[in-house]
Amino acid sequence: MLDSTPAFDISNQPALALGQRASEGRKGFFRILRSGTGRIGVLLTCGLLAVALLAGRIAPADPFASVGLPLRSPTLAHPMGTDDLGRDVLSGVVYGTRTSLALALIVSLLTGAIGIIVGSLAAWHGRRADDALMRITEFVQIVPRFFLAVIVVALFGPGLDRLVLLLGLTSWPWIARVVRAEVLSLKQREFVEAARSLGAGHFRVLLREVLPNALPPVVVVVSLSAASVILIETGLSFLGLGDPEVVSLGYLANNAQRFLRVAWWMAAFPGAAIALAVLGLNLLGDGLNDALNPRGGR
Amino acid sequence: MPSRYLLRRLAQVLPTVAGLLVLNFCIIHLAPGDPVIALGGEHGDAAYYTFLRNRFGLDRPLPEQLLTYVANVLRGDLGTSFVHGRSVTGVIAERLPATLLLVSTALVLSSVAGVGLGTLAARYRRRPADVALNTAALLGYATPSFWLGQVALLTLAVGTGLFPVQGMTDARNPQTGLANLMDLLHHLALPAIVLAVNELALTTRLVRTGLLEAFGADYVRAARAKGLPEALVIRHALWNVMLPVITVIGSRAGMLLSGAVLVEVVFAWPGLGRLLLSSLLSRDYPVLLGMFLVISVGVILANLITDLAYARLDPRIRYQ
Repeated sequence: MLDSTPAFDISNQPALALGQRASEGRKGFFRILRSGTGRIGVLLTCGLLAVALLAGRIAPADPFASVGLPLRSPTLAHPMGTDDLGRDVLSGVVYGTRTSLALALIVSLLTGAIGIIVGSLAAWHGRRADDALMRITEFVQIVPRFFLAVIVVALFGPGLDRLVLLLGLTSWPWIARVVRAEVLSLKQREFVEAARSLGAGHFRVLLREVLPNALPPVVVVVSLSAASVILIETGLSFLGLGDPEVVSLGYLANNAQRFLRVAWWMAAFPGAAIALAVLGLNLLGDGLNDALNPRGGR
Repeated sequence: MPSRYLLRRLAQVLPTVAGLLVLNFCIIHLAPGDPVIALGGEHGDAAYYTFLRNRFGLDRPLPEQLLTYVANVLRGDLGTSFVHGRSVTGVIAERLPATLLLVSTALVLSSVAGVGLGTLAARYRRRPADVALNTAALLGYATPSFWLGQVALLTLAVGTGLFPVQGMTDARNPQTGLANLMDLLHHLALPAIVLAVNELALTTRLVRTGLLEAFGADYVRAARAKGLPEALVIRHALWNVMLPVITVIGSRAGMLLSGAVLVEVVFAWPGLGRLLLSSLLSRDYPVLLGMFLVISVGVILANLITDLAYARLDPRIRYQ
């Protein structure tokens, strides 16, 4: 069982080993800037984050407001053209990017938390807990997320809140497996044994010694899974299952489908924004992976 | 292949399917509103609702309902579509072949081309061909399939007129025999290629990474040292690289099917995707729930087949 009351203060001794590994980790995060893919990934992700954070300043108009003539091709006033209701497509793309990134961020926090808890519990306790948790993980992994989301939105009505919950509750197996593998290998190491022999309880060893060292690969997986979350949300919105109260990139693509032959810009720009966001997160994940794991065969 | 492994693996499938049935049942009953309204629409009278309650056993305790539901599903009865007025199983079975054709074509395209391109990239590592392929693969993996479909439709179908814009066959000019087949392939080409792009990008990257790793292994160095031609060396290495690649391809059945649904909507391909969209618009819940079940079971089967193929290909795998 979890033991959350440490017998002694052991923060000084094993911190030697931990401090060493943690600083390697920090260097790793900067090492990402050495590779071309890593640089582009960081640049793209930071750029999109800036767009999302400063959406109110960058977007020329309210994404729902009709500000021009309908279905006009790109001009200086509307660099990405206007849609069927005369709404500015650039504003839609800017606010849509904000929606996509916010969703990806919240889902990532949720999946990260669940994945870390499930993975570390399975690895730490082993045996039956491991068996049971891994069966559950396999089950969740095999349920097709996209179609489950379709059913839930169709029956419960659209909304970002339930989408966050659903994607959060179904996207964690990959993270749990990575955490489990890391914890399994880390729990055999000397510094963990040292901490335990000094009398640290299970919970403390897990939280202070093992998990910080298991985190780097988790960050990689989380950034890759954030990319897939963006793709799923845009796919759902493309089917008309998005939250009608919020502009999202998939909503714009869905709207564009009806006007594909008369207004290419309505489809082209939102789609390109989705691709850039996903590309940025994928490159970030790849770059982090290369930086943290230099023997990665590439 | 040891038959014991087959049995063990089959035994693992059963709880998963059971779990899916329970999940589906829970979704039906957790959904807001009375399931009777979901089954019979909002404008039925009280007598009709009572009839439905009796007919579907909705007045029974929940565990009993679950058993009835499971028994019905096992008999292949997924309920009645209230839009089509027929059995859900029939409606889905009618659309399934078109989707399977699209998905399997895309899978063959992406696997064959992915192995070829991945080998090419690994062979010419860090040369222009490799850099170009890598960049294309990164872009291809990031592009949402429905958007790629829209772009391909605009440029290749509407723009050049080389490909038909939508559908599975030319409705204005029905053909028979060989001409019909050619017509079908002509309609299939663009959606299949668009659907294949994501998987192709992934397979290319996996094969490249795997081969590069293998090139550093002792057996490859030994093969090179004794002067084997490079083509043969690559063939040796490819066998080992293929195993993890097959696993990844198999585990992406769900992704491929969801991609297929979106691509079908773009190209008006008459498969499950179109059915999904029309069922969403008409709120045909029995069809939606039936599709979810069919697709989930399909994903489970795909994983099962992958595992069995893996065990067959790799003699080292002997699960006790």
